[in-house]
Amino acid sequence: MTQPILKGRNLTKRYGKVTALDNCDFELMPGEILAVIGDNGAGKSTLIKALSGAVIPDAGTVELDGKPVKFQSPIDAREAGIETVYQTLAMSPALSIADNMFMGREIRQKGLMGQLFKRLDKKEMERIAREKLNDLGLMTIQNINQAVETLSGGQRQGVAVARAAAFGSKVIILDEPTAALGVKESRKVLELIQDVKSRGIPIILISHNMPHVFELADRIHVHRLGKRLCVVDPKKYSMSDAVAFMTGAKEPTQAEAEAVAV
Amino acid sequence: MSNSDNYEAAASGASTEVASFADTKKGFVGQFQHALHVNPAIVPLIVLVAAIIIFGLLLGSRFFSPFALTLILQQVQIVGVLAAAQALIILTAGIDLSVGALAVLCTVVMGQFTFRYGLPAPVAVAAGLAVGTAIGAVNGWLVSRMKLPPFIVTLGMWQIVLAANYLYSNNETIRSQDIEAEAAFLQFLGTKINISGAIFTLGVVLMIGLVFGLAYALRSTAWGRHVYAVGDDPEAAELAGVNVHKTLMSVYMLVGFICGLAAWVMIGRYGSVSPSATTGVIGNIQSITAVVIGGISLFGGRGSIIGAFFGALIVGVFELGLRMAGADPQWTYLLIGVLIIAAVTVDQWIRKVTA
Amino acid sequence: MKTLKKTLALGASALAFTAIAGAATAGSHGMTSACLITKTDTNPFFVKMREGAMAKAEELGIELNAYAGKVDGDNETQVQAIETCIANGAKGILITASDTSAIVPSVQQARDAGLLVIALDTPLNPIDSADMTFATDNFLAGELIGKWAAATLGDAAADAKIGMLDLAISQPTVGVLRDQGFLTGFGIDVKDPNKWGDEDDPRIVGNDVTAGNEEGGRKAMENLLAKDPMINVVYTINEPAAAGAYEALKDIGRENDVLIVSVDGGCPGVQNVKEGVIGATSQQYPLLMASLGIEAIAAWAKDGTKPEATDGKDFFDTGVALVTDKPAEGVESIDTAEGMDKCWG
Repeated sequence: MTQPILKGRNLTKRYGKVTALDNCDFELMPGEILAVIGDNGAGKSTLIKALSGAVIPDAGTVELDGKPVKFQSPIDAREAGIETVYQTLAMSPALSIADNMFMGREIRQKGLMGQLFKRLDKKEMERIAREKLNDLGLMTIQNINQAVETLSGGQRQGVAVARAAAFGSKVIILDEPTAALGVKESRKVLELIQDVKSRGIPIILISHNMPHVFELADRIHVHRLGKRLCVVDPKKYSMSDAVAFMTGAKEPTQAEAEAVAV
Repeated sequence: MSNSDNYEAAASGASTEVASFADTKKGFVGQFQHALHVNPAIVPLIVLVAAIIIFGLLLGSRFFSPFALTLILQQVQIVGVLAAAQALIILTAGIDLSVGALAVLCTVVMGQFTFRYGLPAPVAVAAGLAVGTAIGAVNGWLVSRMKLPPFIVTLGMWQIVLAANYLYSNNETIRSQDIEAEAAFLQFLGTKINISGAIFTLGVVLMIGLVFGLAYALRSTAWGRHVYAVGDDPEAAELAGVNVHKTLMSVYMLVGFICGLAAWVMIGRYGSVSPSATTGVIGNIQSITAVVIGGISLFGGRGSIIGAFFGALIVGVFELGLRMAGADPQWTYLLIGVLIIAAVTVDQWIRKVTA
Repeated sequence: MKTLKKTLALGASALAFTAIAGAATAGSHGMTSACLITKTDTNPFFVKMREGAMAKAEELGIELNAYAGKVDGDNETQVQAIETCIANGAKGILITASDTSAIVPSVQQARDAGLLVIALDTPLNPIDSADMTFATDNFLAGELIGKWAAATLGDAAADAKIGMLDLAISQPTVGVLRDQGFLTGFGIDVKDPNKWGDEDDPRIVGNDVTAGNEEGGRKAMENLLAKDPMINVVYTINEPAAAGAYEALKDIGRENDVLIVSVDGGCPGVQNVKEGVIGATSQQYPLLMASLGIEAIAAWAKDGTKPEATDGKDFFDTGVALVTDKPAEGVESIDTAEGMDKCWG
């Protein structure tokens, strides 16, 4: 059996009296799209933040590629190859597409100008940014120096996904990528996600949108009351089943809960 | 997928061009708006050039002389340096009310270290710069680590620094003649360079160098991009991998250091060290005025430091021009008030480019 | 939005033109021009000074530009004003310096450029930094009210409790001179005459600063009353400060048994003397200072004569008179009716 690329065990996080994560387990297999669903307040975002370094769990372990890791910040996670596309996109609206794509990992010019004057190699960054966007068949770019705030919601999502795909070597986490988008733009972003998956990078997809989840996911992690309730196969279960598990209307049988556990 | 109805089919006939960057047709105003969006220093530059031309026409050769035009630079050198510092803070969506007071305190440190403790003047200057940097670091730490609003932190620091300045100095002015005789290095930046009637002081040269140096750093280094990102949206910057704390600390410390430079420029310009210098009380407002007229958004993340420099020059041109014309000084303040409101209006208009 | 921008732009340029056209007499080539630089342009003392200068300038056909600091103590703006005068090719400058030592290098620059610089009201430090000083003898002004207070109290002067309401902690010369003059007139050893606050006479309850306005006067009086509520003589740097002190005394019901003395002779101040708020004040003559200053610049422009100092003093004394309706023996004074005639502001 293949090893999970990202694995969480007994993750626990409390905020005062509230237990957001309660001995939660988690696995992401190589090359798959794993959807994480759960009702509001179930603790999905805390789980994702614990995996991406934005939250430091009180207890439990995270393993990446079979090696234990302890992320202190999103930067640690990024350096380990985990890229997250946040719901807020984490982009600076007034800065350009290229600036945003390279935020925090700028490329300096070679030679004296770069070493002494720390001059950025804007040409190179623009070239790479354009290439990455084109790679994903994303868009016909006219001006890579356009400020992000001048883009539509779908275009911004596209840039954020392209940024993650450009740098995420091991895992990409997508938090509600279609929540703020219209029908057409959502479609485009779903295609983009498929595209990223086809390059072999595993994806964690957090979404409330059941049709999108069922369309994309290979497996669905159902989160309830701070822990993993079960993992279901979208080919064997219906959306109603998933919603029933998620809201507690239906309890999975022992066999169902174990069948998918690794 | 039996229960997934084909609702998206309805949209399939629509154009697939979802994420292209088609430039919609814009009129001249739209293009102008876009140009301003990309290069926010254009507006203050236009105002500056227009002001120089208007005063030149009205006052003739008296104003258009190399002496008068370079006099403007001399008169704005302190506010110009402080505005550069203020611009950095405002780019991070902060505000610094303590810049002027800090500059005055640094002049006092430079003066007293020489005259009270008998240290060599260069050491005293270094001490003044160090004190500025240290107080900037305190501001930065309170803003970044304690998460206090910059307005509150620097409002408090303004009072603290001003009071410390009076307490430490006993409000004694160190006279220009004494400094000249015993520690001329303190007045080094007052050294004048006369190029056929045009008079530049080293302080002016320092101001221009500082502004262009910072402009380069903001535009062409990772640090500069981080400053903009932090000002734009600190949470997004943090998530995108910017060390927000480090960036803020570096900005506040650099600002403290620049206030120290402003102090040195002040001694050069006024010759003396005066704890009751007005810059301590109104330097913050003057620098904010220059920054705002220069088109830097008080909401952070937008604008250029060159704009702030132009803003300081605009104020300088108005002040000298109206003074030479013999206008009541209240007219200067009135016009500067109009400019401030106009500048913010233009800033809001530029932001609409996103809509 | 477009319209708004246009309106703004139009408005701003219209204002700019009004400002210049309204105030400038630019273009009057060949005319002798002079500058008047005051501490502020809101204090009635300086307003009067400006009126005096303007009237005399008009009479002599001199073009006068007036400048002022933003607040009292604003050296920077005064430096800029001097530079403007040099750039404008003025013949002379009349200045009441905000910071008497910090302004010196700029004054020197003006004198090097051939301008006659006259310090009005406040001597520079050192006093010979200006070509001449036209001022009230502030020490004498203080001495007059000191003598008057001592004479009015009579024997009770020996156990007077005195509150000193001074100008500013930076101890500007004018404040020191008036303070020390008052104490000398009252018969108190002033120790170092260049500094107030170093006296050890037990009759002095304390010194506090007022910034020369009502608000500061009231606060300073309250501070001193907190120290000793039985203060019965109050020296004040000027009449607004005196008015503030009076309010503080009124609050505790002691306004009638405290002797307040002051310096300046502004119209509201003289009115206050008339109404018994202030016991006596030393009146000075800003209008005269300014008009004499303009005459001196005219003479300098004509044939290069410099003004001379009053005999026995290192400045030109423009005179001072004690105003009170309760004359005391041995101290020459004028009554409030005459004081009102000569008052300013």
